[in-house]
This record gives sequence, C-alpha cells and structure tokens, in this order.
Amino acid sequence: MNDIRYSAPHTIDEAVGALLAAKGTGRILAGGTDLLVQMKAGMALPGAIIDVKNIVEMSAIEDKGGGAFRVGAAVSGARIGEHAALKKAWPGVVEAINLIGSKQIQGRASPGGNLCNASPAADSVPALIAAGAIVAVHGPNGRREVAVEKIQIGPGKTSLQPGEIVVSFSLPARPAGSSDAYLRLIPRTEMDIAVVGCGVSLTMKDGVCTAARVGLGAVAPTVMLVEAAGAALVGSKLDAEALEKAAAACRAVCKPINDKRGTIVYRTKIAGVLLKRVAAIAAERAGGR
Amino acid sequence: MAKTHVTTTINGEPTEFLCDASQTMLDVLRDQLGLTGSKEGCGSGDCGACSIMLDDRLICSCLMLAVEAEGKKVETIEGMAHGEQLHPLQKKFVEFAALQCGICTPGFLVASKALLAKNPNPTETEVRFWLAGNLCRCTGYDKIVRAVMEVAAEMRETAR
Repeated sequence: MNDIRYSAPHTIDEAVGALLAAKGTGRILAGGTDLLVQMKAGMALPGAIIDVKNIVEMSAIEDKGGGAFRVGAAVSGARIGEHAALKKAWPGVVEAINLIGSKQIQGRASPGGNLCNASPAADSVPALIAAGAIVAVHGPNGRREVAVEKIQIGPGKTSLQPGEIVVSFSLPARPAGSSDAYLRLIPRTEMDIAVVGCGVSLTMKDGVCTAARVGLGAVAPTVMLVEAAGAALVGSKLDAEALEKAAAACRAVCKPINDKRGTIVYRTKIAGVLLKRVAAIAAERAGGR
Repeated sequence: MAKTHVTTTINGEPTEFLCDASQTMLDVLRDQLGLTGSKEGCGSGDCGACSIMLDDRLICSCLMLAVEAEGKKVETIEGMAHGEQLHPLQKKFVEFAALQCGICTPGFLVASKALLAKNPNPTETEVRFWLAGNLCRCTGYDKIVRAVMEVAAEMRETAR
C-alpha cells in the first residue's frame, strides 16, 4: 500500500483530471468502506486516491420540491438517514441505504460508493432502481445523465468510462399517493449481505396501483429493473392475483448463484416472497390500501 | 514518496503529523501519536474496536485514511475521561462488569456515547442495533446493554 498519490479536489473537473492522470490506477474515495477493505486485502492497489468529499455537489442533499431530490453520490448514509424531508418523500430509498453495514459504516458509506462497487447484493441499488433514480455522471467529455440500472454491468464492473465519476442521484417528483419500500433477506437480524433484496416504488389512486417499478438484487450478476413485475401491479388493487403475477415475473428473471447464503432454488423463491411483502409496505405507506 | 503533513484536532488538542497516503487513521493514532486506546480487531470495519468520532460522526478509524483528518475534529477514547474523572459510561461498565478482556471496550464506549448524544432514551432494541457494529466475544453483550440503558436513565434523571 505504498506510493499512493492522494488528492482531495474541490471541483469535479479537477477530480476527473486526477482520475485520468492516474491512467487506470485511480480510485475514487468517498466513505472508503469498500476501498480500504479491498486495499488491505490486496484486491485494490491504487496509484492515486481521489477523495471527492470536498466537492460540494457530491456532498449535498438538495430538496427540489414535490418529492424531487438530488442526493450527492458521496453523502454518508448517516446524513441521508437524518434528512427528515428525504426520508418522508423516499422512505424506501433511505431505509435501503441505511441497511448498509453498522452505524460506524453508515458514518462514511455513500450511495455512490455502493453503486460503483457494483456488488449484485448492494442494498441501496434495488431501491434506487425502483425509484427511477437518474445518475449524473461527469467525465472528460462533460456531463451525462443515465438511469441508475445502467451503471452496473457485472460483479465489480460498471459502465463508467475512463475518467468518469458518479456525481449525484436525482429522485423524481411523484404524484400524491406514492411511496416506496425496500426489504432484504439475510440470515441474521443485522449487518449481513443480502440473499435477496427487493425495492418497490408505486403510486396508488383510489385503491388502484397506477405506477410501479421493481428493483431486484442479489439474484443475478447485477441488480435489475424488473419491468414485467411493475407492469403486473399497474391497474390492479394489489390483489393476490396481481401480486402473484408480479412475484412470478421476479422469479423469472432470477439467475442467482449457489453459495453459503442461499441456493438457487431458495433465492428464486424468496425473490417472489419479498416482492409481495415490499409491495404491501409501499402501498401501506402510500395510503392506498 | 513524500509524506503528507496533516493538521487536525484530536480530543480538543490541535495536532500535526506526517503520514503516507496509505496509512489509516488507526495506524497513525496508535503507532505515531501513542493513542493506543483504539484497538485493531479486524481491520475491515466489522468489529468496531477502532471506533472514533470524526466531526461528531461515529466511524471505524481502520477504514479512514489518516490524510482525511486534515481540518477535521477527531475524538478518541482517550478524550472520554476528564483526568481521573471517568465518564458515566466508563464508571457503569466497571460497576456492571461489562467487560472481560477489554479489547472491545474502547469501541463500545465511544459508540455508546455517540448513541446517547443522539438518543438519550433508547429502547433495548435501539441499543442493540446501534451497537451491532461492535463485537464482543467475552460478555455476551447483556451487561454492556444493561450498562448503557442504566447510564441513559441516570443521565436523563440528572438532566431533569
């Protein structure tokens, strides 16, 4: 772990410049709760570490009104959990981010880091996908916006190009009667890696679901948007038949691994079970049941 | 490679040190500054024995680079007692025998103090969840949890 160049720039362009200058050996530091562990294990040997927490845009939570928020990619889980308006507008996104690790980890870990670490079991990502979050990515060619589900492309791999940095997440305004929820299954009660994680964001009007998005984690090489599951809920009163159809859509996209945390059969079954529970919680919060 | 000069505040004292970019805050606290109260259990953020406060936020010092301390406020277990006067949590841990080998104790104390600063009236469940990032292989946690609950009650009584 020697000869690392550390910088903590104040602008995103400087950070992009430092990342490019490191010629592929640069790593972004937000909370460091994945990066430092990887460095200790010898899995990451960065030539440059670019600390992005001095960049205001990456460290701010902006309330844009009507339930729309812009959350800096480097904001800690603890700060997100303390933001009353954000928690009220997006309870599922906040509870998902707050499930990452212990209180100590929450003091540092960020949604940007959780996304870019690109674990299929990243807790915040299914909820952000369900929310329809748009990621602002800044790179050598300026700014682009991309749907959050397009960032992960495989375990530990992202679609970010050389020099690109995830700057922030935009959560859209939602109509009245909307809410969201996230649940994960773990073998313990706290602090473990998801066997399955499921996020649902939906809108209820007069007892009928008018919009729904489902994000599913830990059952494939990346966290996925399950469009068919959302579509199965829309137009229904979230009755048993609609929920089973959505659960079946979740099971259908599962391509999980067998490991000590769960078998393929178990993870696939649980994906459907979680979808039903999460949809019920989101609907309850939306006041629509 | 040139070392980085860091200016920070540790337990209220302005502090300067030189470090490599790869050194963790825990390494610098223990090996350079002689503040060995923070312990290294796992070195990967799982055990909480290295818990410190960084700008009033509970974190694992093993997962923080020392260079990140620049301009920040760091608080460690060494700042908890005032001279010979132990913090109420420290006294209660002794009274309740909420420790055996003691390796986890500094982390539990720092984390418990952070909890009570944020939530003076925690339920047992809240205490257990808050302290889930601190591992103890001796006590079975019960005495620790009861000590924290008891101190919370006493501090509320004092504040009335």
